[in-house]
Amino acid sequence: MIEVEDVYFRYPNGVEALKGVSLTIKNGEFVAIMGQNGAGKTTLVKHFNGLLKPTKGRVLVDEAETTKVSVATLARKVGFVFQNPDHQLFCETAEEEIAFALKNFGFKETIIKRRVQWALNLLGLTQYKKISPFMLSGGERKRVALASVLAWNPKILILDEPTIGQDYQQKEKLRQFILQMKTQRKTVIIVTHDVEFVAECNPRVVLMREGKIVADGEAKEILTNEEVLTQASIVPPQIAQIFMQMPSLQLPKNIIDVYEAREILLKMLRSDAK
Amino acid sequence: MPVIETKNLTYTYPGGTKPSISDVSIKIKKGEFALITGPSGCGKTTLCRCFNGLIPHFYQGELKGEIKVTGLNILENPIYEMAKHVGLVFQNPENQLFALSVEKDVAFGLENLGVPREEIRKRVNWTLNLTGIYDLRERAPHELSGGQQQRVAIASILAMQPEVMVLDEPTSFLDPLSAKKIFKVIYELNKKLGITVVLVEHRLDLTARYADHIIVMDDGKVVLDGEPREILSSEEARLIGIGIPKATRLYHILKKDGVKLSNTVPLSSDEMANLLKEALKVHD
Ligand SMILES: Nc1ncnc2c1ncn2[C@@H]1O[C@H](COP(=O)(O)OP(=O)(O)O)[C@@H](O)[C@H]1O
Ligand SMILES: Nc1ncnc2c1ncn2[C@@H]1O[C@H](COP(=O)(O)OP(=O)(O)O)[C@@H](O)[C@H]1O
Ligand SMILES: [Mg+2]
Ligand SMILES: [Mg+2]
Repeated sequence: MIEVEDVYFRYPNGVEALKGVSLTIKNGEFVAIMGQNGAGKTTLVKHFNGLLKPTKGRVLVDEAETTKVSVATLARKVGFVFQNPDHQLFCETAEEEIAFALKNFGFKETIIKRRVQWALNLLGLTQYKKISPFMLSGGERKRVALASVLAWNPKILILDEPTIGQDYQQKEKLRQFILQMKTQRKTVIIVTHDVEFVAECNPRVVLMREGKIVADGEAKEILTNEEVLTQASIVPPQIAQIFMQMPSLQLPKNIIDVYEAREILLKMLRSDAK
Repeated sequence: MPVIETKNLTYTYPGGTKPSISDVSIKIKKGEFALITGPSGCGKTTLCRCFNGLIPHFYQGELKGEIKVTGLNILENPIYEMAKHVGLVFQNPENQLFALSVEKDVAFGLENLGVPREEIRKRVNWTLNLTGIYDLRERAPHELSGGQQQRVAIASILAMQPEVMVLDEPTSFLDPLSAKKIFKVIYELNKKLGITVVLVEHRLDLTARYADHIIVMDDGKVVLDGEPREILSSEEARLIGIGIPKATRLYHILKKDGVKLSNTVPLSSDEMANLLKEALKVHD
């Protein structure tokens, strides 16, 4: 469980990136943190694995305050995949990259081998195992970074902008993968502004603006609330936009899924034909 | 005459075991807004690097086939010559910015072209405003966020007003509302100034509505090439797994259910809402 209690954070250059954030994320929850560029999303999630410590307020991971546990202990529990994979990759080959953290955590050689293979396979990277991550395309590098974190099986997984540079199929795989993590009772937190991806995943959505949380609730509710979305520089998903443009029909407001939209429209169109 | 024309273009990076693009034959007309999409790793960036001569002049490797951009043979023209005609916004903006300030970065290309000082100032201010970074003009590019850097990279290219603008996933770091505004700016310049636009994008929900032409690549090859409404309705596009706009998907699902909707396939929520209003005879 992650508990954020009235957290303020100021960078050394004086920028106040968090201005009183409170939030509880329970074990096994799937949360999307959304909001405009510079809203403080990355700053917030860096508090979850102790990379940043609050200037004021407290962050607790499984009831331990992040200022009081070692970064290594936290890292084992909280896997973090950075927004820019280049800040995370440094080994000669994809395979070594994935093995690196496992070695650091002291896993046995045989287990390391197995975990590396498993992670390469899961993310469709097996063909690149002997290739330098820097020879790969941006999307492929991002997957190497994800594989290297998944390999040590952290309990909480944080993905900062995981869909950037990913194509539709990879996003679909990512979605399947997150759902799988959910069934294993893992906590998954994604930072993203990919509205269509969130609409398909249907997580809890936390919306940020200028260092504060401005909305928190089900994806269906938040992604169809045009007023708060505009504040956070987010565009509603296309299905929601279509429904918003037909106010006189008094359609249900919280529709973001194509198939749900279809059911409702079919009823209307058919009764209209009669 | 096409602004970009390739015939059987095939390219292998130095040390590569197989070509990253193979047998690419495409034509992009003057003034067109062309969208290139396809699974990641399929060769989109590699193809863009051919459009301004980075391939083969910078990357070397083995290039086969023919390519002409703005009538110039890439093989015979060095990068600095191509840069006068083709502006490329890189997928990773960090690799593009190098000056000490945003303003200088945006002015750099114009100075190189020998544009008069007064004109440079005018154009730099114009493009800084268009991309929403006027307030950042004295900041150092490497201190900015990814989204801000992307705006700077786009501004640098817009300032040049090149004949062809090639934009490789140019807004991936921007939040949706900002991305939407930038695409609109690019579209307006395409229409007003007749600048040919080649845009690489996965997010077709934000961009398909602007395109005259879509090229879909898969595994180094061009697999679909044509009119957006047609391509995005095709079974092949769905199977390759490109992100068909939800409005287009909904239209086809309803059609399959036997609903009568006009035959113009929608590419945006506005278009789809209008079709539905027509079918339901509502006036909102
Ligand atoms: N290392 C840093 N030093 C100084 N300021 C920073 C740093 N990282 C981010 N900021 C600033 O903090 C604010 C929040 O940034 P960030 O958390 O990265 O936002 P988001 O992830 O929502 O785009 C922004 O104003 C940004 O410019
Ligand atoms: N600089 C490079 N050196 C060697 N191989 C590369 C380089 N850049 C890309 N590739 C390879 O070329 C293929 C196509 O990559 P790229 O053009 O970046 O695809 P896309 O832009 O569609 O994601 C990939 O398999 C990638 O690994
Ligand atoms: Mg961020
Ligand atoms: Mg690319």
